[in-house]
Amino acid sequence: MSSARPNTDTRANDGALGIAENALVSVSGVGFDYEDAPILEDVSLTVERGEFVALVGPSGCGKSTILNLISGVLSPRNGTVSANGLSNRSERLGNVSYMQQKDLLLPWRSVAENSRLGLELRGVGSVESGAAVAELADSFGIADVLDSMPWQLSGGMRQRVALLRAVLPDNPVLLLDEPFGALDAITRRSLQQWLLNVLDTDNKAVVLVTHDVEEAILLADRVLVMSSNPGQIIDEVVIDLSDAEASGDLTTAPDFIELKKRILSSLDDQETVR
Amino acid sequence: MKPFSIWWKRLFDWLPAIVTIVALVVAWEVLVDVLDVQRWLLPAPSVIAAEISDEFGFLMKHARVTLSETIVGFAFSVGLAVILASGIIWSRTVERSVYPLIITSQTIPIITLAPLLIIWVGTDMRSKVIVIVLFTFFPIVISLVSGLRSVDQEMVDMFRTMGASSWQTFRKLMIPAALPNFFAGLKVAAVFSVIGAVIGEWFGASAGLGWLMKIAGGQFQTARIFAAIVVLSILAMLLFAAVVAIEKWVLRKYPPTADRVIRLGDS
Repeated sequence: MSSARPNTDTRANDGALGIAENALVSVSGVGFDYEDAPILEDVSLTVERGEFVALVGPSGCGKSTILNLISGVLSPRNGTVSANGLSNRSERLGNVSYMQQKDLLLPWRSVAENSRLGLELRGVGSVESGAAVAELADSFGIADVLDSMPWQLSGGMRQRVALLRAVLPDNPVLLLDEPFGALDAITRRSLQQWLLNVLDTDNKAVVLVTHDVEEAILLADRVLVMSSNPGQIIDEVVIDLSDAEASGDLTTAPDFIELKKRILSSLDDQETVR
Repeated sequence: MKPFSIWWKRLFDWLPAIVTIVALVVAWEVLVDVLDVQRWLLPAPSVIAAEISDEFGFLMKHARVTLSETIVGFAFSVGLAVILASGIIWSRTVERSVYPLIITSQTIPIITLAPLLIIWVGTDMRSKVIVIVLFTFFPIVISLVSGLRSVDQEMVDMFRTMGASSWQTFRKLMIPAALPNFFAGLKVAAVFSVIGAVIGEWFGASAGLGWLMKIAGGQFQTARIFAAIVVLSILAMLLFAAVVAIEKWVLRKYPPTADRVIRLGDS
């Protein structure tokens, strides 16, 4: 885990184009409506190369909508979004990796065929894309099941395949929407550790959406706390666990618990406002 | 040992159907005999069986005509349905202009149209093919459209985030996902196509089981009508079985999401 770099309050960056140019992901003053109801209002955030940012917030606060805006699936009502230097929405489609909570594996394709879908859609031949899958299959722990069908796999294994599928096109921006949300607590813990090892995060900007505060602290360099109705970013917590990491078990270290308290109190504040 | 037990299991699966049919046939035979029903009114099953065996070559000759009309008509119907369903999925304009027309076409009693078709295109195979198409394309279009639309929006979005073109999404996601619904429509259409062929033959033909039934009806050869009905049922069942066999083969390659039979009442 790379240590968080100093970062100013995101709302202070509104309109500061200099920041947006350095960042791989830049969302600035974005509002979004769904059926005339405001989902997001004046949301701004930037993620730089090598940074892992987590968005936490109550359900329905528009966390996933932010990812859909970054990936190019949705257009904002106002404000600008850019990822990997692409501010044109349709250009971002195919150039931002996005892994959803549901594995969304095609039931008629084997693990290997599912994994190489992203490359295949880009026109990469089956030999070349198959080799790319085989190369990473070991570190993703799916080398033994490449010929299996999705229904033969456990939930945790399916998420591994879904992550490999998202990562293989090697886009610099990776979006993770509750990647382990549907898994049991034990599998989730082991996959969180595994994710940090398997992801080459040094050259990527990663945005994780989660409702699990511990997961956010464990994985991210920076945690953005959101409120709902409409969704806004109300707090930013920089995660520095370098002291706690030395002590062994992270989740019981005093620093970790302090961070967790801080984020939970931010979430609670707006819970009572509602 | 194992194949033997599989055969026993199959026989056991079919047992309720076999028992029901045998019971009905026996009751029919007995009732016709006890009530002394005239042969031209309702022949006993034994009389019909004798008619089939006596006239087997004759029946087969006409069955072949009906079968070839059915297969050609069915093939045209599937082709038309695939084109219409794809058009409806691809373009809102096509959907808005064609969909009401498709539904209207089904409100026309095709039986009333068949005599006109004979006048328009003649008594050859074309008139039967048109009747079959009119009779069977509707269930295929409806099932195919709902199959293509059954795809999760999340799946479509996943394809979009991977930069898939509309054509790639259609071919690699929507078509495989639509297959179970498509085959449901095909099975209905397969059985209907036999009926369509008979209606076509009824109004103008020189061969085929429909023509044969009409002629036999005029001559009060009731046993022959029933013999033709038996042959027609077998034809329809064979066609149905053929579609089921293709379905099984295709769906083994493209298994649907829910890989189980849902049956209410089983706990």
